[in-house]
Amino acid sequence: MIAPTEKQNIHDYLAEFDDIPGTRVFTAARARKGYWLNQFAMSLMKAENRDAWKADERKYLENWPMSDAQKEAILARDYNRCLDLGGNVYFLAKVFSTDGLSFAEAVSTMTDMTFPEYRDMMNKGGRSPEGNRSIKGAY
Amino acid sequence: MARITAGVGSSHVPLLGVAVDQGKTGDDYFGPIFAGYEWTRQWEKNTKPDVVILVYNDHASAFDMKIIPTFAIGCGESYKSADEGWGPRPVPDVEGHPDLAWHIAQSLILDEFDMTIINEMDVDHGLTVPMSMMFGQPEKWPVKVVPLAVNVVTYPVPSGNRCWALGEAIKRAVESFPEDLNVQIWGTGGMSHQLQGPRAGLLNREWDNKFLDLLVGDSDTARFIPHIEYLRETGSEGIEMVMWLIMRGALGKSTKCLHRHYHIPCSNTAIGHIVLEPDNQD
Repeated sequence: MIAPTEKQNIHDYLAEFDDIPGTRVFTAARARKGYWLNQFAMSLMKAENRDAWKADERKYLENWPMSDAQKEAILARDYNRCLDLGGNVYFLAKVFSTDGLSFAEAVSTMTDMTFPEYRDMMNKGGRSPEGNRSIKGAY
Repeated sequence: MARITAGVGSSHVPLLGVAVDQGKTGDDYFGPIFAGYEWTRQWEKNTKPDVVILVYNDHASAFDMKIIPTFAIGCGESYKSADEGWGPRPVPDVEGHPDLAWHIAQSLILDEFDMTIINEMDVDHGLTVPMSMMFGQPEKWPVKVVPLAVNVVTYPVPSGNRCWALGEAIKRAVESFPEDLNVQIWGTGGMSHQLQGPRAGLLNREWDNKFLDLLVGDSDTARFIPHIEYLRETGSEGIEMVMWLIMRGALGKSTKCLHRHYHIPCSNTAIGHIVLEPDNQD
């Protein structure tokens, strides 16, 4: 709990985020790094853009000032890499819905499970927080 | 005088909208989820609210990375269902209440909450799924809506304490509106879920239920839960629960629980739902 009067220092606040296993919190630093990656993904909200993207993905990306690493990560549908490069899942969702993937299936590709394994885990109550809360604390 | 008569908390998972739109709400997977909303659908019919202040977040639909308002209030006449990449949901347009919305916006700014005013936007599943859960599939929604969009995507998102205080200010604003209106406030999103990274799929039944407990009665402990606790315990997207605190803050010192429902899973997410009534004797 935070005491009602206590104000947290921004550096301490951000540093804690790096202690969460298997998670990339969408901080301002990631938002800056991923700006064009996310805006590219957002462009797929329009049907004519989806058609152009599907016709030639690599060519479509030429119009976007993204890094080569971001372009390769998107072409490979390597969503964990996309997160590392500043992608946000709600924006990346425009790519996987264009691919015809459900949210759950796309999300499963970021885990070490196949989609049927992931779906089975969710139907049995999901991933336990036990041991998944803190890297340093291992609890 | 307008008054806030009740608060509703609800998840807003997009798949629930798909279930409604495709007529699957009674099947084995969705049946138990929708059964937990039946009480509320009947209660909404009986209590007939005039307006719902609907606290939700936009999921890269109306807002992209260009503009990121922390708290934005919809003051428009009406809102269309957003095309989230597979065509807009087949739901009625959402009718606004510009008089009340502008009154709240002005009051909040005087009360030192510097709101972003939105006159035109589309509303995505964050807003339309709770409408479908509470009202089913009418030709026209039975209430007017004041959309209140919160940034819970790009960090830092507002603190729980700030959200609660905004709720308190919304209560004051509504109570100073001269027209006699029955107003509900809904907090949506959550509960535990993580949609990204190797830890995706995290759910936390125990923590979610403790959070629901904290919304009932006169405790204000929930307003001081730090972001890191939501992140560790409820997954990266569990942070949406701060939006429930705006609803809770608007109900005054104490609440009574009228109905409560919890179900795992719906796609990647734990479904939580609660109906609260202000319980303030003063």
